[in-house]
Amino acid sequence: MKAGALLYLDLIMVILMLVLAIGALHARSLRHAVILFIVFGLVVALAWARLRAPDIALAEAAIGSGLAGALLLAALRDRRPGDDATRRAPVWQSVAVGGLVTALVVLLAWAFLEVQGGRANEPLANIVQATLHESGVSNPVTAVLLNFRAYDTLLELTVLLAALLGVMSLGPQRSPMRAAEPMAAGLIGWLIPLLILAGGYLLWVGAHAPGGAFQAGALLAAAAVLAHLGGRREFQLPGHTRLRLLAVAGCAVFTLVGVSTLLGSGVLLQLPSDWAGGLILLIELFATASIATALFLVYLGGHPPSWNSREVHPDA
Amino acid sequence: MPDAATLYGLLGIVLAGLGAHAAIVQRDSIRRLLAINVMGVGVFLVLIATAYFGPNQDPDPIPHALVLTGIVVAVAATALALALLRAFERSDDE
Amino acid sequence: MLDVISLLLIFSGLAFYLAGTIGVLRMPDTLCRLHAVTKADNLGLGLLASGVLLQLSDPLQMLKLLLIWVLVLAASATGGQLIARHTLDQKPNGDPPEDAR
Repeated sequence: MKAGALLYLDLIMVILMLVLAIGALHARSLRHAVILFIVFGLVVALAWARLRAPDIALAEAAIGSGLAGALLLAALRDRRPGDDATRRAPVWQSVAVGGLVTALVVLLAWAFLEVQGGRANEPLANIVQATLHESGVSNPVTAVLLNFRAYDTLLELTVLLAALLGVMSLGPQRSPMRAAEPMAAGLIGWLIPLLILAGGYLLWVGAHAPGGAFQAGALLAAAAVLAHLGGRREFQLPGHTRLRLLAVAGCAVFTLVGVSTLLGSGVLLQLPSDWAGGLILLIELFATASIATALFLVYLGGHPPSWNSREVHPDA
Repeated sequence: MPDAATLYGLLGIVLAGLGAHAAIVQRDSIRRLLAINVMGVGVFLVLIATAYFGPNQDPDPIPHALVLTGIVVAVAATALALALLRAFERSDDE
Repeated sequence: MLDVISLLLIFSGLAFYLAGTIGVLRMPDTLCRLHAVTKADNLGLGLLASGVLLQLSDPLQMLKLLLIWVLVLAASATGGQLIARHTLDQKPNGDPPEDAR
C-alpha cells in the first residue's frame, strides 16, 4: 500500500521532469527555456532526495539550479538584441537525429534493465561500510570523497581551478548590476549572514550527516553572488592577491596533505586513520574556500577590474 | 511493478537522449549548453539509480560522490563555455 | 487527534496552493497572477508548515522548519515585489501589460 502510493508520486515526478526538460530544450523563447531549466533543476533536487541522495540534493539545489541559473540568466542579459534563438536544424535532419537517438535510448534502456535485473548489492558499497570507521568521518559520501577516493576529489578541484583560469583569461568581468531596491537590498542584507552561517554548518556537519565542502562552498558562492547582484558596496571581495590565494588554497592544501602522507607512509593520500578526521576537516576547510571563490569568479564571467592593472580593457 | 531505481534510471536515459537530440538540432549556443546540461542530469540519474537499493537499505555512496563532483564540474564547464561565447561575440564586434 | 488536525491543515494548505496555481494559469496579466499566487501560496505555505510542525517532536527540527518558513515568506514577498516593479517599469503608465507569453 505504502509502496504503491510512493510509486504514483514517482510517476508524477518523472512526468514533471520530462515535461520541464522538453520545455527547457524547446521552449520558443530562450528566457522561458532558461527559467524552465532552473525549475527542472529544483525538481531534480527533489528526485535526489527521493533516491536517498541528500548530499546531491543539496548540491543540485545550490549549484545545478541556483548558480547555473544565475549564470544563464546573466548570459541572457549579455545577448545582443539581434540574436535569434529559434534557429534549428531542418525538419528532415531533426527527424533523422530523432530516429538515431531513439535507437540509442532503446539500446541503453535494454542494457540498463539487464544490469539492473542481475544485481543485489554492490561489493564496493560493502567495502565502504566495512571500513567506514577507519575513515575519520561517519558520512559515507564524505568518506568516499575525501578519504577512499580522495584522488578523484583532488583532480576535480584541479578541474575547477582550470575552468576558473580559463574564464579569467578570456577577458574582464561583466559590468556590475545596478544597486538593488530597498526591499531586495534588505532581504540580501539578512540572507548573506544566514548563508555564511549555513555554509559553516554544512561544512561541519558533513562529517556525519549530509553536507560537506561542495555544498558549503556553493552556499558561500551564492552569498557572494547575492551581494554582487544587489550591488552592495559594503560587502567587498578580498583583494586580488588574496582572491588568487583563496582560489588555489584547496588544491594546495590537498596536495600538501597528499605529499606528507607520501613521505610518512609511502602512499599518496593514504590518510592515517588516527588523524583522518582532522585532516579531512583541514582539507575541506580550504576546499570550501576555493570552491566558493572559483564558483563566484566564474559567475562574474571574467577577471575583476583589479585583477591585472597592466592590461588595458577598452570595454571595461 | 517497476521499482523506483528502474523508473528513475530509465528517465535518466530518456533525458540523456532528449538532451542529445536537442544539442544537435538546436542551433543557438545557449540552447545547446542547456541541452548538454540536461544530458548531464540524465547521466547522473542513471548513476544514482544504480546506487539505490530500496527504502530500507543504505545506498551505495561511491556513485553519490562521483555525481557530487560531477555537478560542480558541470557548472564550471558551463561557466567556461559561456565565457568563451562572450569572448567570441566580443571578437565579432571588433 | 493531532494527526487529524495536522491532516486538515495540510489539505487546506494544498487547497490554497491549488487556488494559487489556477490563478497563475487563468489570470489575464502579470500583476493579477502575482496577486493570486503570492496571496494564496503564502497562506498555503503557512497552513502546510503548521501541519507538518505538529508531526515533529524534535524542537531543533521545529526550529529549522520555522526558519525555512520565514525564509520562504521573505523570499517570495521580495520576489513578488521585484516582479511587480519590473512589470511596472516596462509599462510606466500603469496599464496592465498584455500577456508576454
